[in-house]
Amino acid sequence: MEKLLNELSINGRRAYRFPDLDVEAHKAIDPSLLRQGSLDLPQMAEVDVVRHYARLSRLAYGVDDGFYPLGSCTMKYNPKLNEALSHLEGFTELHPLADAEHSQGSLKILYETVDMLCKVTGMDQGTLQPCAGAHGEYTGLKLIRAYHLRRNDSKRSVMLIPSSAHGTNPASASVNGFETVAVASDERGLVDLKDLESKLSDNVAGIMLTNPNTLGLFELDIRRIADMVHACGGLLYYDGANMNAIMGFGRPGDMGFDVMHLNLHKTFSTPHGGGGPGSGAVLVKQALAPFLPVPVAAKGLKGYSLDWDRPQSIGKVSGFWGNFLVIVRAYAYLLSMGSDGLREASAMATINANYMARCISAFFPIAYPGLCKHEFVLSLAAFKEETGCSALDVAKALLDKGYHPPTMYFPSLVHEALMIEPTETESRETLDGFIEALKCIHDKAYSNPEELHSSPATTVIGRPDEAEAAKRAKVNWL
Amino acid sequence: MSKVVEGLLYSEDHEWVSIEGDIATVGITDYAQDELGEVVYVELPQENSDFESGEEVSEIESVKADSAVYCPVSGTVIETNSELEAKPELINQDCYKAWIFRMRLSSQPEDLLDAKAYSEFLKTLK
Repeated sequence: MEKLLNELSINGRRAYRFPDLDVEAHKAIDPSLLRQGSLDLPQMAEVDVVRHYARLSRLAYGVDDGFYPLGSCTMKYNPKLNEALSHLEGFTELHPLADAEHSQGSLKILYETVDMLCKVTGMDQGTLQPCAGAHGEYTGLKLIRAYHLRRNDSKRSVMLIPSSAHGTNPASASVNGFETVAVASDERGLVDLKDLESKLSDNVAGIMLTNPNTLGLFELDIRRIADMVHACGGLLYYDGANMNAIMGFGRPGDMGFDVMHLNLHKTFSTPHGGGGPGSGAVLVKQALAPFLPVPVAAKGLKGYSLDWDRPQSIGKVSGFWGNFLVIVRAYAYLLSMGSDGLREASAMATINANYMARCISAFFPIAYPGLCKHEFVLSLAAFKEETGCSALDVAKALLDKGYHPPTMYFPSLVHEALMIEPTETESRETLDGFIEALKCIHDKAYSNPEELHSSPATTVIGRPDEAEAAKRAKVNWL
Repeated sequence: MSKVVEGLLYSEDHEWVSIEGDIATVGITDYAQDELGEVVYVELPQENSDFESGEEVSEIESVKADSAVYCPVSGTVIETNSELEAKPELINQDCYKAWIFRMRLSSQPEDLLDAKAYSEFLKTLK
């Protein structure tokens, strides 16, 4: 295993030595405020630091290395064109506090990105400040709260969340001070309308929904759900994590949603994983627009500007204007795909998922059979009963086949779940290769289950002690 | 096959209850601990707090999921198993010994299953 920098450190070793000071030292800082002794940092030569990180990079796995079917995460390929454009000096060298006069191009990108995302989603206005999906949820829920309070409606303390929701939904609602109430799923895997009806009241601030939901199923009753929630005075929040299934086919704005976020690092092909960084654009209907974070990129007679004059705004939600260079990548993607290209991407993502689901269902059952959208969930409960091998064992065995495993044990309403999302950027050959590997692991479980229990054999770390890590996390070197 | 112990009462949310007089001892069943996987944290309820049957009383975090424990009976919490704070894994080792809390009942429990009925209920979940 690769050692830590602290373990590789040799006292006195260093990359550069500065020449001795040959002028009088600056004495502006009171000596009592100066650190005595040296900083406790690893001491290494530059070449050894570079090799350390080069070794680590070879241990990493990303979409440039191979298939990454992580359900609910849309690990699509990140086109290199986006990278090239985001590296243009006009973007990388621009100071975030440069005046509007000197940053017209960048402001135009902020303005037009929101505009294009609104067209894709059927919303009216938006902000690009949030730096990830959950940050977007947090911002969107703050907007919902601001909306109710503005109407002197202060008793709305409940956020409804379906049992199939992403874990971040209840977490974001809770951090925002809402009480979360779960809505059951019915035998179709969709929101149970009767249960929803019983939980609606004038205490309900809103409902958070993903459509298609985390089972990869389209919420067929979405218009009815929207009418029911609106009738009791609540708002609808759309978690855009699954937007990759419906671009060009359906728009959250038309379904009745009032506020939503998009993960630009999922649907709009910006890097995802390993810190991204991400971007959780938030889009709203007109009624919520006054509360958007300041500033908002605006277009006027004199060109583009940042509009700070928004008295009802919830304020800023991140430093400066969001992860700007990520937004440039998404802008490049939107322009290079066009509306037809986005529609085709969603069609292919859905076709790929259904192709895989059909092939895999020959040996692993699909939790909710029938057509799916861009992802599907397998249940390995019966398989585990028969072979003693769990979803975790299968996921670990996939590592030895050179694949990133699918999402495991989520959504929690499916036992021994494996959740697969192929995305539109994978070829038929890649999909067939993965299906074949999964079939091979399935068969191995019946002939030699021990081999699965002891996998992976080829990775540096095989089975970390997750329980111990959660119970007694050790995150400091010292 | 999940272990079900004779003589205990069970809820459909997979808690077991042992009742002596007006004192109920509560834990989670073998089915629940097996579904959860390795338990890493148990949030114990506040002593002297009142709960109605069906209310969320505690939370159990495992390597797989974070799950609510629903109070299978109504009453006041009089004691919690503080040993679980340092050793949550006791729930995986022997869930019928690793009780989570004790309550003084405010009313006689309703809708609980006996061992036979709970075993039948588990079969319907497959």
